[in-house]
Amino acid sequence: MITIKDLRKVYRQGGDTVVALDGVSLDVPTGKIHGIVGHSGAGKSTLVRCLTLLDRPTSGTVTVNGQELTNVSDSKLRDARRRIGMVFQHANLFDSRTTAQNVAYPLELIGVPKAEIKTKVADLLELVGLGKFANAYPSQLSGGQRQRVGIARALATDPDVLLCDEPTSALDPQTTDEILELVKKLRDRLEITVLIITHEMHVVKQACDSVSLLEAGRIVEHGELGEVINTAGSRLAATLLPLPGDTPSGEGRGPILDLLYSGEQATEPIISLITRTFGIDVNVLAGSVEQLGEQQFAHLRVQLPAGTDAAAVREHLLGIGVAVTEKGGK
Amino acid sequence: MEFLTDLLNNPGITKALWPATVETLQMTALSTLFTVLVGLPLGILLHATDKGGLAPVRWLNVVLSGIIVNITRSIPFAILMVSLIPFAALVVGTALGPIAATVSLTIGTIPFFARLVETALRDVSSGKVDAALVMGSTRMQVIRKVMVPEAMPGLVAATTTTVVTLIGYSAMAGLIGGGGLGRLAYNYGFVRFESDIMIVTIIVIVLMVQIVQILGDWLAKKVDHR
Ligand SMILES: Nc1ncnc2c1ncn2[C@@H]1O[C@H](COP(=O)(O)OP(=O)(O)OP(=O)(O)O)[C@@H](O)[C@H]1O
Ligand SMILES: [Mg+2]
Repeated sequence: MITIKDLRKVYRQGGDTVVALDGVSLDVPTGKIHGIVGHSGAGKSTLVRCLTLLDRPTSGTVTVNGQELTNVSDSKLRDARRRIGMVFQHANLFDSRTTAQNVAYPLELIGVPKAEIKTKVADLLELVGLGKFANAYPSQLSGGQRQRVGIARALATDPDVLLCDEPTSALDPQTTDEILELVKKLRDRLEITVLIITHEMHVVKQACDSVSLLEAGRIVEHGELGEVINTAGSRLAATLLPLPGDTPSGEGRGPILDLLYSGEQATEPIISLITRTFGIDVNVLAGSVEQLGEQQFAHLRVQLPAGTDAAAVREHLLGIGVAVTEKGGK
Repeated sequence: MEFLTDLLNNPGITKALWPATVETLQMTALSTLFTVLVGLPLGILLHATDKGGLAPVRWLNVVLSGIIVNITRSIPFAILMVSLIPFAALVVGTALGPIAATVSLTIGTIPFFARLVETALRDVSSGKVDAALVMGSTRMQVIRKVMVPEAMPGLVAATTTTVVTLIGYSAMAGLIGGGGLGRLAYNYGFVRFESDIMIVTIIVIVLMVQIVQILGDWLAKKVDHR
């Protein structure tokens, strides 16, 4: 369980001030995987640095399993940091240490006996599927394997929270999926809470239960995946289920609607429903239908005949749980 | 052949070469030891107190880097040696001999080595330091368990360079009473015009430097797992 309350971070650069985080509040329940997405400069890295207190937030609090990390002494902070396991974009393994020695590092810090370290490290490497690589140096591993070592190292102190900063951004698509599968498996097995910072929508689709959109230091959209997609005008939905780039605008013929829906509605014949209810022809301009997690989601752009009462159609669709955005047309 | 027989009968070779070599080795070894003992912590301090370091302290960094290290390094070594003679006499009780020379050599090389250490540490990516901190390391643990081991190839190379420099400097120190091969070359080669001794001395010094460099490169490679 991780709770962020009104987190602000202001950087001073000479005379200028940069508000990198502008009141970020967030709750991630135990055992959930939450994604935070945002464009370059949105404040993702700053958020990570404030969560681990590598940078002190200007104000606001971070609480992990009831323990506040902000406003504690240095020695308490070190203890608190062990409650968060962190995974980095480039793994940040120690090149002078073997795989096993890397995973052992956090345990050495707290003086765990050698024999105990040995069994724990062996278990962790087995867990991430690297049992055979205990004595390899990071330079002898592939990017995906390095990231697995990073994950094992992050889990060494049995943290409550796994914080992943762009964990797959340096990996190819197949390795990305393998790492995400591993994260999901670990969440199920260890009941940890996971926070993934990413700019890849694919990661959100593949692994996250809920998602926040960070923009200019604020969370502008937030919710469970299904919820976000069913929100009319949601930018997250539009990026999670993008329409093909060359979608015709159909300008000047009839009203154009963007429909977003999920679950049960996705299996219903929405188009024929409109046709039957209103006695009109519906032209599908573009569409994408995808399975995200357990649910099916659809994003359609349709054009109604000129002169149709778009408002009535919209009203009707909203009534059955379809998110509708009017895109123009007559 | 005659040249060789001459050489082997020359007291400069038979009597003086071996002790002079030992003295040079002594000076180099002792100064290397003290240079590393003082220069390594100084280099770490230079890096840590710098902006963005583990413990940025502006005034301390200015004093260490700007004043002590830069000023000492900008004084030509020969002049530094001469000016340190009284200090060496104060520390070891004599202004002559390899031990006295060790004092000046050490003081002269510490800032040089400290800068090399600082550069080697700077090559450790900040991501590794962040990772170590996030795992709950104290700053001391970050230095001892992460920064120094990760910078080891660079530190070994820095030490090799320092030893090579010290061999050269120790020859210079020989001229102002330090003894060793520098003294030998000066006494026989320059004062008495025995150029064969000069040549032999040069060969010995070149060999020493080669051996140190080869050993250093080998060790640097051995500790480099990148
Ligand atoms: N140390 C710093 N000093 C001053 N300004 C900073 C500092 N770090 C970040 N900023 C500013 O804060 C804002 C957010 O930066 P941040 O690095 O968090 O973005 P990001 O979302 O991680 O972007 P990216 O995806 O490119 O990594 C930017 O405007 C950046 O210029
Ligand atoms: Mg960033």
